[in-house]
Amino acid sequence: MASTVVSLRLNGRPAEFLARPGTSLLSSLRDSLGLMAAKRGCAQGGCGTCTVLLDGRPVMSCLVAVETIEGASVRTLEGVAADDGRLDAVQSAFLDGFATQCGFCTAGMIMVAESLLAGNPDPSRDEVVEAISGNVCRCTGYASIIAAILDAARRKREVDVV
Amino acid sequence: MTSLDKTFFPGEQRDDFTVIGSVTQRADALGHVTGRTAFFEDLTPPGLLHLKMARSQRHHARIAGVDLSDALAVDGVVRILTHADIPNNLYTPLKLIGVEPDDEPILAEDTVRYLGDPICAVVAETEAAAYEAVARIRVTYQDLPAVFDVEEALAEGAPLVNEYQGHNYFTYEGHHCRRLRFGDVDEAFARADHVFEWRYESAPIEHAPTETTGCIVVPQPDGRLRIHSDTQACFFTLDNTALILGTPFNKLRIVGGTVGGGFGGKVDIVVEPVACVAAMLTNRPVKFVYTRYEEMQVSSPRAAERIYIKDAVMNDGRILGRKIILYVDAGAYARHSPYGTTKAAAHMPGPYAIPNVWADCHCVFTNRTPSSAMRGFGVTIADFALESQMDRIARALEMDPLRLRLLNAYRDGDMKAHRKVAEGTALIEVIQKAAAMVGHELPAEFRRMSSAEGR
Repeated sequence: MASTVVSLRLNGRPAEFLARPGTSLLSSLRDSLGLMAAKRGCAQGGCGTCTVLLDGRPVMSCLVAVETIEGASVRTLEGVAADDGRLDAVQSAFLDGFATQCGFCTAGMIMVAESLLAGNPDPSRDEVVEAISGNVCRCTGYASIIAAILDAARRKREVDVV
Repeated sequence: MTSLDKTFFPGEQRDDFTVIGSVTQRADALGHVTGRTAFFEDLTPPGLLHLKMARSQRHHARIAGVDLSDALAVDGVVRILTHADIPNNLYTPLKLIGVEPDDEPILAEDTVRYLGDPICAVVAETEAAAYEAVARIRVTYQDLPAVFDVEEALAEGAPLVNEYQGHNYFTYEGHHCRRLRFGDVDEAFARADHVFEWRYESAPIEHAPTETTGCIVVPQPDGRLRIHSDTQACFFTLDNTALILGTPFNKLRIVGGTVGGGFGGKVDIVVEPVACVAAMLTNRPVKFVYTRYEEMQVSSPRAAERIYIKDAVMNDGRILGRKIILYVDAGAYARHSPYGTTKAAAHMPGPYAIPNVWADCHCVFTNRTPSSAMRGFGVTIADFALESQMDRIARALEMDPLRLRLLNAYRDGDMKAHRKVAEGTALIEVIQKAAAMVGHELPAEFRRMSSAEGR
């Protein structure tokens, strides 16, 4: 079968590329668009390292056939920092809170946190735990990841008050 | 910041430490939180080929035939490698430190020895074509008897797992196991008030890194191969790969050091050599990365172990003698297990001063997935067994388990069973501190004990 042209809104900018039938969003990001932040940990929806935001909601991009999301808005970790490189609250909190170890799960964790905090500026610890429950940190750094997400929520609320 | 406790080892510690208690950012964290850290797979060189492995579907079998005709007909297949393509097909990773013999083929020759043993490597334009071709390779097997239990493997008449080894155990300087002989355990058992013997067993443990094992090999215009790998052991991989390829070491360059979780496991040389051969034969970049299934099925786990510990114990809790029989299940090939078994032997009898110790530590070949390194291998499972043994002895004697350990704890100057004098010991102090922190009362004589004082 022939490839189709897929158009997306990617990190706020238009993107257009060819995809073979059945190509995953993850493969499109990595192999066609050169966006490497989302990782292939299992390619079967089991680890969360490929998590990106699809119209604001976290999805396992390895399970999304890219031809089914024509016209959608996709956000990856590359689109989280400001254009001048300034980190956002979640990135800063992960950086300061020692919430990365090997770094392979980090992109997925941050994208889940972005989605959570966009909808819930003051999550409880349990809500954070539930939000990251589809994301594996095999280094088992969950405690610092959870603390960083709660810290990011505080940082964002403080900015909003100012 | 908590101040350093300088009660112990007075005069032997520097006291100008500044790192603990201060905030230090990881050097790689900024890359991680911005998604800019380059892992080996974050590279798409033009013309990249994909390598997928056809693996044994038997635990132990002769290969009667391999039919590649259907596989070669798959659109996009560039080449299928067999053992005949590998310059030095037989290797063992620890040959770099003198371990012999070479016992593992990169690609199977006439025998497969575990479920998943690599047979042929398909190199194709796309992953899909590579998978399709792997599915179309037809291997005819003649099944051989297999053995999956370490003690059964050592029994008379067991099927031979690895003919390069010649028997189902690794040979240590002419001996069938790594042995430890210290004092006279039989005399200790004869004198003991109690003899306690228990058995401990562990299953293989998979490291399960989120980033699976893999590499991308890119041929360079100067004739060198650049290997992008997630190995934890760049130079070890480079040297072993050069030996397997039969090339000078300076023909290879490893780009690595960024590892998406290793846990001590990404030290086998299982993807780079065959990917290098594929890149040399096609003169194109080649990627070989394990699927999650391969990572679970064939990446080497921490070895399963079986450990028997028999102790000669007096009524007051002193352990006079300890006899250990330990089996490490190496699986079908040696990899790092001979070394792990030596570590287990050197670790015996644990951090205790026991005057009579006897240990036989066997590195055993079975038709299971080859085991290899994982952090603390050889020691971790041994400690599980040793400390479970201490707790069970304490329970049997109705004795406080911490006092039992303090009574038998090694101290500076003690001769260890493998003939090293213990130095810098701190078991006593650690137990005393831990007891104080959790409010576990110790009598004065136990609180006064010191690692620095001879007994």
